[in-house]
Amino acid sequence: MFDPQVLLSGDYRDWLLAGLQMSLLLMGMTLLLALPLACVVAMLRLAPSRLLNAVGMLYIELIRNVPLLAHFLFWYFAAPELLPQQWKEQLYAGNIEATSAVVALTLYTAAYMAEDIRSGIRAIPVQQFEAGRALGFSYLQTMRLCILPQALRLAAPPLLSQTLNLWQNTSIATVIGVAELMYQTQRVETASFRSVEAFAFASAAYLAISLLIAGVAFLLQKRLAR
Amino acid sequence: MIDLIHDYWLYFLVGRYPDGPLGGLALTVLLASLALVLSLPLGLLLGLARISPWCALRWPVACLIQLVRGVPLLLVIFWAYFFLPSLTGHESGQFGTMLAALVAFDAIYLAEIVRAGVQAVPKGQFEAARSLGLGYVSTMRAIILPQALRHMLPSLVNQFVSTIKETSLGYIIGLSEVSFIASQINGLVLTKPVQVYFLLGLTYFILCFSLSRAAFWLERRQARILKAAA
Repeated sequence: MFDPQVLLSGDYRDWLLAGLQMSLLLMGMTLLLALPLACVVAMLRLAPSRLLNAVGMLYIELIRNVPLLAHFLFWYFAAPELLPQQWKEQLYAGNIEATSAVVALTLYTAAYMAEDIRSGIRAIPVQQFEAGRALGFSYLQTMRLCILPQALRLAAPPLLSQTLNLWQNTSIATVIGVAELMYQTQRVETASFRSVEAFAFASAAYLAISLLIAGVAFLLQKRLAR
Repeated sequence: MIDLIHDYWLYFLVGRYPDGPLGGLALTVLLASLALVLSLPLGLLLGLARISPWCALRWPVACLIQLVRGVPLLLVIFWAYFFLPSLTGHESGQFGTMLAALVAFDAIYLAEIVRAGVQAVPKGQFEAARSLGLGYVSTMRAIILPQALRHMLPSLVNQFVSTIKETSLGYIIGLSEVSFIASQINGLVLTKPVQVYFLLGLTYFILCFSLSRAAFWLERRQARILKAAA
């Protein structure tokens, strides 16, 4: 019957914990890289140039209308072939699975976050921008020093909800063999034939982190509403 | 790239059909459509339960929604893969497994769409119906839902796009939908991964982009109709 003790013994526990750690690492790395990229894409969408707007739009539509799984397959199986031989060797010497996964997740998450940041920027009164320019700041300086700090605060709740999606999306990295939580769960399941226990652990872990992120979002929303 | 399309386009579109089971892009679209259609009634019930005036109905459904939204779809698929057979008593196959997981997952998301749709109907409509003597259930059925469903149409098309994207996870349990077929083609050709996966991405893009444009158009049209009516 249901016996959680199995998972606590020796190897299984270590595998699952290593998987959880890898999933969290994927999320952290992706967040770190996706946020700046999303800011850049959001600014492209709002820039005073038709061409830049179109580039931003193209990026967002291209990424969002293709499933994340196809992104993973492309960045793992196809993209390394395009690199020069020397870089390729370096890549294969390291953890190529995790690198491809972070690239795919970053591009995918940034396309969603860019739209949230864009709404944040648009909610800032245009006078703020004009005042920045009148004080002699350049376009980029005004954005960086006046607009973005305020816009990011406004965009924090939707960005956290994207983080929640990101956390669940890390599970798909299992297709290219990244040793994250889903992969390790399957490994434990195959080795121990304890499907219920293994999947119950994974569900509890994903749920716990999800609830944590949702809780932070809730608290933040309450603080911002004050 | 032209060679690739020339040699494999039929396999890409329908898999081994008619000599074998249906696969490829046709299976992706079929699976997504079936999942959305089957999850609609379930999502409607869950959404109505979520906003019903009875706590005993509202709370468990709210908890269920929170619970399912907290785990990745992939995990739902694995639960279905391992435990559906013991529930129904016979092998469900990859298609059945994927369909069951998608219906369960989509119903939860549709419930939120239904809730938003119902809450977007002005409160006066509800009060007017109640003061005319209609009960709660008939008010919902005759007055609120017909209006709410119209509000929901663009969201439903967007949900269809999400569902198409979600079917790609069938790859992981070996369902021969379009991503899986693309990987098989890649295995047969071996030398052209960039072209194969580029075409896979392009296929999804054309399908999903045109659908989300349609949703955008519906939304605009609805806003115009509402404005004209006001």
